[in-house]
Amino acid sequence: MSVNIAELTVGQDIGSRSITVTRTDLVKYAGASGDFNPIHWNEAFATEVGLPGVIAHGMFTMGAVVQLVTDWAGDPAAVVDFQTRFTKPVPVADTTGTPEAGAVIEVSGAIGALDADAGTARVDLTVLSSAQKVLVKAQAVVRLA
Amino acid sequence: MTINPDLQGRSYPAAEVYDVGREKIREFARAVKATHPAHFDVAAAEALGHSDLVAPPTFAIIVAQRADAQLIEDPDSGIDFSRVVHADQRFTHHRPIVAGDRLVAELHVDGVRAMGGGAMITTRSEIFALASGAAGDAASVREPVATTTSSILVRGEGQ
Repeated sequence: MSVNIAELTVGQDIGSRSITVTRTDLVKYAGASGDFNPIHWNEAFATEVGLPGVIAHGMFTMGAVVQLVTDWAGDPAAVVDFQTRFTKPVPVADTTGTPEAGAVIEVSGAIGALDADAGTARVDLTVLSSAQKVLVKAQAVVRLA
Repeated sequence: MTINPDLQGRSYPAAEVYDVGREKIREFARAVKATHPAHFDVAAAEALGHSDLVAPPTFAIIVAQRADAQLIEDPDSGIDFSRVVHADQRFTHHRPIVAGDRLVAELHVDGVRAMGGGAMITTRSEIFALASGAAGDAASVREPVATTTSSILVRGEGQ
């Protein structure tokens, strides 16, 4: 484990990253997860049910943003609890055949709480796409001791 | 569309076994853009003290959504899957999921709440690993692995 809880302070920044998303990424996530809801790959269907267009799986966003935490912690198994609310959809434009991203997700993390007795740190994630908060109360509890 | 209010408190027992394979862990890790070597390289996972490849933190959603499908596909539930929006999600890991695990999930419907013309439904999956070679899922041969909690909003007409 590369992180020592004694050296952490609440409010400390753990870093940030940008995650690009394409329609191909959504098809891959659908296959990997088994979630084939057509709102994540079929524009006509998504529009028909009142969405702005094809949207990313909330679980794609949740699964991708936590990588900031696992890489910081040094062991994916250190994430003992992870929760979020999905507040806004992430529309993913069809950029097939171009090098453009269909959407970009920006994630940054900061220490939200420390529990020295349990040996855990809570990392609070801020997750934006097109300047809107797409996840709220995105919190990962990491075991460090 | 009417959500059956009697769903609250309903449980679905552990049904099919989900066998966690190395290639599925690798595929899922790539799909969420994870690059940690413990998802891809057995030696790297072992160096961290794990018996095999470690699943990413949200991998249990595969097992949880299979369990949820029992409810969504239950003709008695009144849920139109095309109108389902994921509202919140939580994973509590009792121990890491690793390749070779044989997982089962018990589904509990913890809450059903009318919201406009639709409903918010909260489900909880208790995920267990079966001991190797175990045929059944009796408590004596299963180990708690994860608890997942999920709320879905089933949008009413015009929502």
